[in-house]
Order: sequence, then C-alpha cells, then structure tokens
Amino acid sequence: MAKTIAEINEKIKKGKVVVVTAEEVIDIAEKKGIKKASQDIDVVTTATFGPMCSSGAYINIGHSKPAIKLGGGKTYLNDVPVYGGFAAADIFIGATALPDDDPRNKIHPGEFKYGGGHLIEDLAAGKDIKLVATAYGTDCYPRKKLETWINIKDINEAVLFNPRNACQNYNVAVNVSDKIIYTYMGILKPKLGNANYCTTSQLSPLINDPYYKTIGIGTRIFLGGGVGYVVWNGTQHNPNVPRTEGGVPKTPAGTIAVVGDLKKMSPEWLRGTSITGYGVNLTVGMGIPIPILNEEILRYTTVKDEEIYAPIVDYSNSESNILGEINYAQLKSGKIEVRGKNVSTASLSSYAKAKEIAGILKEWINSGNFLLGESVQLLPSVGSNISLKPLKKRPV
Amino acid sequence: MQKRRVVLTFPYKLIDQPITSYLVKNYDVIVNILRARINPKEEGRLMIEVSGKEENLDKGIEYLKELGVKIQSLAQDIRWIEDRCIQCTACSSLCPTGAIEVDREKMTIAFNKEKCIACGLCIPACSYKAIEILF
Ligand code: SF4
Ligand code: SF4
Repeated sequence: MAKTIAEINEKIKKGKVVVVTAEEVIDIAEKKGIKKASQDIDVVTTATFGPMCSSGAYINIGHSKPAIKLGGGKTYLNDVPVYGGFAAADIFIGATALPDDDPRNKIHPGEFKYGGGHLIEDLAAGKDIKLVATAYGTDCYPRKKLETWINIKDINEAVLFNPRNACQNYNVAVNVSDKIIYTYMGILKPKLGNANYCTTSQLSPLINDPYYKTIGIGTRIFLGGGVGYVVWNGTQHNPNVPRTEGGVPKTPAGTIAVVGDLKKMSPEWLRGTSITGYGVNLTVGMGIPIPILNEEILRYTTVKDEEIYAPIVDYSNSESNILGEINYAQLKSGKIEVRGKNVSTASLSSYAKAKEIAGILKEWINSGNFLLGESVQLLPSVGSNISLKPLKKRPV
Repeated sequence: MQKRRVVLTFPYKLIDQPITSYLVKNYDVIVNILRARINPKEEGRLMIEVSGKEENLDKGIEYLKELGVKIQSLAQDIRWIEDRCIQCTACSSLCPTGAIEVDREKMTIAFNKEKCIACGLCIPACSYKAIEILF
C-alpha cells in the first residue's frame, strides 16, 4: 500500500515512525523482501560529508552609524575578499575565496591555509571575524571606511547557500603521467600510483533516489548540523547520463542547491578545507531523508556498493580520458586494478562521518523534532531537456 | 633486544664524522637508518632505529649526547590530531609503510606510530591539518 508524506509525518508526531539508514535498509530488505520492507519502513536516511566547492553563505551585518554602502565597494572578512555587490549591508562569502596576499601556487604546490571555507567554519563556530570595508560614499551613505569585529550572534542573518552540492556519483581520479599532480581530487602519484574517489556510495543521497522521485524543491534536510532545504537543482545538474540497471548514474549526474540557517549550524559539520596545490573549499555535512512512499522507492534505497559504478578518469591531461569503470565495493577494499596494475585507493569524502549523520537524522525523526518536507516541485529527471553545455569560447 | 626510534640532530662540525659506525662498533648495537637529511654547512638530521641490549642502547645514546647530538624520540615527531580528522582516508594511500591503517568495515583510520617513519608524505594529503610533523 502506498503511503503519503502527510501520513508519514503523522506517524512521526505520534512517535510511531520507522526510520532506518541507507546502510541498514540493505539487510532488512534482504531478510524481509522488498514488499514487506516497504510496508514496515517509513523513512530511509542518506548522508554525505565531503568537500563541496560550490558553497557559500550570505550575511547581513546591520547598519553602522554613519552608514556605509558596501555595494560597489570592497569588503574583506578575515582578509578574505567577499562579495558586496548587493545593497548596503549584504555580503556573500564564497567557499573558495582566498586572501589577496595568499601565495597561492607561487611555490608549488601551495598550502592554501585559509580562505572562504575556513571563514564559514569560523562564523559557525561563533568566532569574532575582522571586517574591513571601503566604499565610495554617497549623500545617504557617507561612510567610506569601516573596520570592526563582527560575530554571527550579533548580525541580522547568516544563511548557508550552496549552488551545487551532493553530486550524484563522481569520478575516480588517477594519473598516468610520470609526474605527481595536485588536483581537486587530491594528490595523484605518477604512473597510476594511487586512485582517489569522492562519494559515500550506498549512503549518498542522490544515489538512493536516482530518478529524484522524492528529493525536490522543499525537501527538508540535515545541513551542516542544522536544518536546511533543497531549493533548486544544483548547477550542472544533468540527469541524462548512462545508468545501471538499477538506475544509478555511472558518471557525475544530478546535483542540488541547498539553503539553511548558518546560525544554527556547527563547525563540526562545516569544515574549512585546504587542498594542497588546488585551493580552499568547504566540507559540508548533509543528510537527506527519503520517504518510503512505495515499493519502487524502497527498492532504490537498497542499492549497495557493488551495484554502484564510477568512471576511472586520468587527471594528468585536460582530455580527461576514461580508463575504465569500477564499483564502490572494489574502491572501498583499498585496492583496484587499472590497466593491469594494482592501485591503492582512498576517499576524499568521509563514509564514517556520513554514517554518523544518517544516524543523527534518524534520531531527529524518531524524536519527533524533524518532519519531512513535501517537495513542491521535483528536480528535472531523465528525459528532461537538459544537457551539460561546455563553454564555447568566442573572439572578443 | 630492545628497539628505539630516534631523531638525531647533529651540528655542522660532526657531519663528516662516522658517528654511526662508532655506535655500532663500540656499543654493539644495530643501526638502521630510516631517513636522512644532511645539508652541508648546516646541521644534519638522521632518523634511525637502534636495536641492542638496553644498557648498550643507554650507553650509546649517552655517547651521542656527549658529542653534542640532540636526541628526540621519534614518537614525538608525527602527530595525528584525531579531533580534526574527518576519517576520509585520503592520507592512507600515500603512506609507504602502512602506518595509516584503514578499518575497511567502518572506513575509519588508525595511526600506528610503530610503523611510522615520519616521512611526511601524508601531510599534504590531509586537507584538515589533522597530521602534523616536527622534523
Ligand atoms: S609520516 Fe610517512 S610513514 Fe608516517 S604516517 Fe605519514 S606517510 Fe606514513
Ligand atoms: S587525510 Fe586527514 S582527515 Fe582524512 S583520514 Fe587522513 S588524517 Fe583524517
């Protein structure tokens, strides 16, 4: 019998809901069968914890006396340049922004000790942040320079807003060249010296709802230790890719844009990230509940590591040659074979921490504090008129 | 038989002297050099594992100290800061000795100091400053 989200929410309020994690559901469904499991289970929690470049936060710092208009001027928080091209007091912090005097890759590989991601972590941690702003001054906003400390508890709003997160599957990165390379997929040793991957596979949100049948605009989620929402598909969302029989994309595919109150988040689940030779980033903790509305949706959540495939991609040249594909059970074993060579694997996202998040979200739902959000519009799925467009360069 | 891993820092004036040979000959210990960094005209650093009878090890180390060699036990040199670690495992595949062990069931790492030769290869692999070296 099919269930509705409203019915599941009633069960949550009455304390009668049955919630399991995307890892636990695998065994349960094996024992009970899909049909029985889909009747018994109401919610499956999924999660991920990994670097997500396209992240940021906007804040409103309030008006000083005399007032300054940040828009059109220049603003720095802890020396990190932030975007003030809005009105007078709104600022957007990008996760990959770097202080002007960061040495970057001048001595290669650069260390990238502090940037936007660390700034967001420090804000969430309640640390004082140094603000330095200059503006051109107007009759209504006469102040031209402002230097002060700000703290998340004193400012009007602080909102995490990530345009692209939780990518549905990702590449396994290797390096066939004969020199070491430093990439956003970590350090890759020459001649297939190692292989790095970056999803939480059978726990990962969009892998458990491969056709976006429940996750959409309005889905309530665990975001950075607080509550957030899916607000749109993420940038570069591309459902039209090769998929396994079970529907799981075999390459990067869907993504989501998410938002949530940064004031209620925790530095434990929002971590500034320094990627050697590449730059800074924000590692985001995210958990998404999947309402088990019917057998089909339950079946998707039973997907396991050996059924999820990722392409092995050579990152040593811009062609991104695909050398093969491999499943996550093999990746998680620590060794894979590429071109006849034994290659050690490592992950950039944390399966262990994702499991913790799936458990926390399960607790929140069980305790009646977290109701499921009904999505008002689902994400574009297979067959929608979407393709990933490269940038065509035109003469200026 | 006892084993000790130590980092020796010796001043410029001692660099060209066969200190390790004396150590082997006069104190009956086995010296295994794990890592060496010697900059001419500066100071030298040597990471060694010495094994032998406890009293001989003590005497050997005393001899080095008298010569003006600074001695640090190796365990202090690499620090894994568990609080900062997100358990991603990114560092594990760069470790040449298997000192970073992955529990494949839980997908967590454990740092085994015994196996660590303080080569420092894992440090740039960690994006969360969870491994520190003092070498
Ligand atoms: S310092 Fe070297 S040996 Fe020690 S844990 Fe790191 S990579 Fe392994
Ligand atoms: S790379 Fe850093 S965060 Fe990841 S497992 Fe190793 S020590 Fe922990």
